[in-house]
Amino acid sequence: MRRHAPALALALAALAAPGPAAAYMVYVSNEKGNTVTVIDSETLEVVDTFDAGQRPRGITISPDGTELYVCASDDDTVRVFDPKTYEQLHTLPSGPDPELFVLHPSGNPLYIANEDDNIVTVVDVKTHQVLAEVPVGVEPEGMGVSPDGAFVVNTSETTNMAHFIDTKTYEIVENVLVDQRPRFAQFTDDGKWLYVSAEIGGTVSVIDPASAEIVKKISFEVPGVVPEALQPVGVRVTKDGSKVFVALGPSNRVAVVDGETHEVLDYLLTGQRVWQLAFTPDEKLLFATNGNTNDVSVIDVEEMKVIKSIPVGQQPWGVVVAPE
Amino acid sequence: MKRFAGPILASLGIALLSPLGAMAQDAAQPVRAAVLRVERGPELPISRLDLPPDDLGFAGGRLATEDNQTTGRFMGQDFTTEDVDADPDTAVQALETLIADGTTFIAVMAGPDTLLALADAAGDRALIVNATAQDTRLREADCRANVMHVAPSRAMLADALTQFLVWKKWTDWLLVPGSHPEDALMADAYRASAKKFGARIVEERVFEDTGGARRTDTGHVLVQRQMPVFTQRAEAHDVLVAADEADVFAAYLPYQSWDPRPVAGSAGLRPMSWHPALEAWGATQFQRRFERAAGRTMRPEDYQVWMALRVLGEAATRTKATDFATLRDYILSPAFELAAFKGQKLTFRPWNHQLRQPVVLAADRVIVSVSPQEEFLHRVSRLDTLGVDEPETTCDLN
Repeated sequence: MRRHAPALALALAALAAPGPAAAYMVYVSNEKGNTVTVIDSETLEVVDTFDAGQRPRGITISPDGTELYVCASDDDTVRVFDPKTYEQLHTLPSGPDPELFVLHPSGNPLYIANEDDNIVTVVDVKTHQVLAEVPVGVEPEGMGVSPDGAFVVNTSETTNMAHFIDTKTYEIVENVLVDQRPRFAQFTDDGKWLYVSAEIGGTVSVIDPASAEIVKKISFEVPGVVPEALQPVGVRVTKDGSKVFVALGPSNRVAVVDGETHEVLDYLLTGQRVWQLAFTPDEKLLFATNGNTNDVSVIDVEEMKVIKSIPVGQQPWGVVVAPE
Repeated sequence: MKRFAGPILASLGIALLSPLGAMAQDAAQPVRAAVLRVERGPELPISRLDLPPDDLGFAGGRLATEDNQTTGRFMGQDFTTEDVDADPDTAVQALETLIADGTTFIAVMAGPDTLLALADAAGDRALIVNATAQDTRLREADCRANVMHVAPSRAMLADALTQFLVWKKWTDWLLVPGSHPEDALMADAYRASAKKFGARIVEERVFEDTGGARRTDTGHVLVQRQMPVFTQRAEAHDVLVAADEADVFAAYLPYQSWDPRPVAGSAGLRPMSWHPALEAWGATQFQRRFERAAGRTMRPEDYQVWMALRVLGEAATRTKATDFATLRDYILSPAFELAAFKGQKLTFRPWNHQLRQPVVLAADRVIVSVSPQEEFLHRVSRLDTLGVDEPETTCDLN
């Protein structure tokens, strides 16, 4: 029965379009403020702020919406919060200085990049045990998981590779060399493409996961913006794969890329140092964190327009939206 | 025999190791480099906190080799770096020994004359990376086709500081060079930089090094009398800029100057390639990795040697090759770029082989700013607002 519920909701949403967006809770980690800001996606107002430990960065939520995970980088731990009460439930062993992580599509385990130790730590979120530590390249950062959960992809910032880790054996099965300082790895929902952003290289590599080959490198160009400011970081793809959104850091823009042709369609002006992105489950809205202007830009996905800027805590870094 | 080992292994490696996914350390292709250290800077600094550690530069090289090796593990490449100490008289012999052993990529920590002697001795048999010599002339009249410069030039350091001072509108300077030849060169760089960015040197005073012990018990008592007198009755100025590469007096200027003015240059606000307080652009992890390995904080010399060897690592990774000609050609090509915790890619200026790089402006415990300042525009790259630019260069590499 449960399986049909989301499908039904989607179908209803499609019928009702362009009706009012459903209300979701949006959680923003504020790296310098040591807090998480909670935003209501319908009113686009801040509803609450709670303490999240030292230097919260990576943030994600369990598929059932009951556990909110926050990388508290300077506490060397992952803090787990109740997304409704904001109470800390427990912590997870993360290894030192956790920055980004990804949950297995089933909700367990959690794969954490440990920049200091050149390893990816695999943690069981139920038993709170470390299942494995996988040695990867220098300064592991971005974490992506294939939709079938077979592979976790880690990017290493100084080695400049996307490492494909088999989630059963914890062995690296492929290494794809990408451009300088790869930051983020994002699969399409159908698993056809893997996007890897390279902050310093200024490109997003489009990788065919089946062959582990780069089929295209997306580059960016904005008149009047120096090329070195166009630094791709966070990447999100619509469920149908038609649009890819890329946060371009200090250029203060989010690029919209066509998911078929991989050509840039538009650049949306955001706040300063735009960093990470998150869709609402209905994909009507995309939230983008702006680290240097202490706000979140709200993007209307259909219209490809920034519709609002919401002040949050100091140096917003990561963002996640609660599921349906 | 040794000479042939490289190419044979390399061809075996290519056959065995493609595709990239394979991890076969057994047949890894060797990539050999050396750090040739001839100079370590002032042996007797005026602050005991600045005493040069024994592994200055070498420690940065070790971290780079480790970083290269981590990537090499995935690429089937095996990086080794030899640390060699020499003095100016034995440096060329040390170079010959390295080349004879098949090491063709050599990071050099040496003064300008030794560096040129090494470059001319190496010819087209090796690539020299200048890791520490800041002399602008090595990038200009005395430039060499087989030398890459990862150390910033004095011109770049001066421009980095000047941009910030001009941005602050601290445009009237009291310039205080020391009496050593390097101090005069740094003062030249400040004069040129002031002219370039619109600052005025309202007065210059040379601080004579009269010798004597650098540090004595209760030295501050004398300093507290000496420095105010030395800086007394200067023309009205916004900032005191000191050029004291020999480390004789500049550190004594802050708080001791007659006029209550900030000090910059060799003390106070200092332009540097690296500072252990830098945390931006992922530098924290890099600092920690270094500190864990070396047991101390990272100095500019360490960072620059790290960059020198990362240049080699990057070339080997990108070309998937280990032979000298392929690596050298790639490093010299426009495709080469290096990520070095400065927030943007670093590339070599094709006209003189200088690595473009942001310069850190640091006070004692924190980063004050990083130049280039964004208000200074450039038609090619803002980084080219630092140092001698292409239209002005006197370097002819051909």
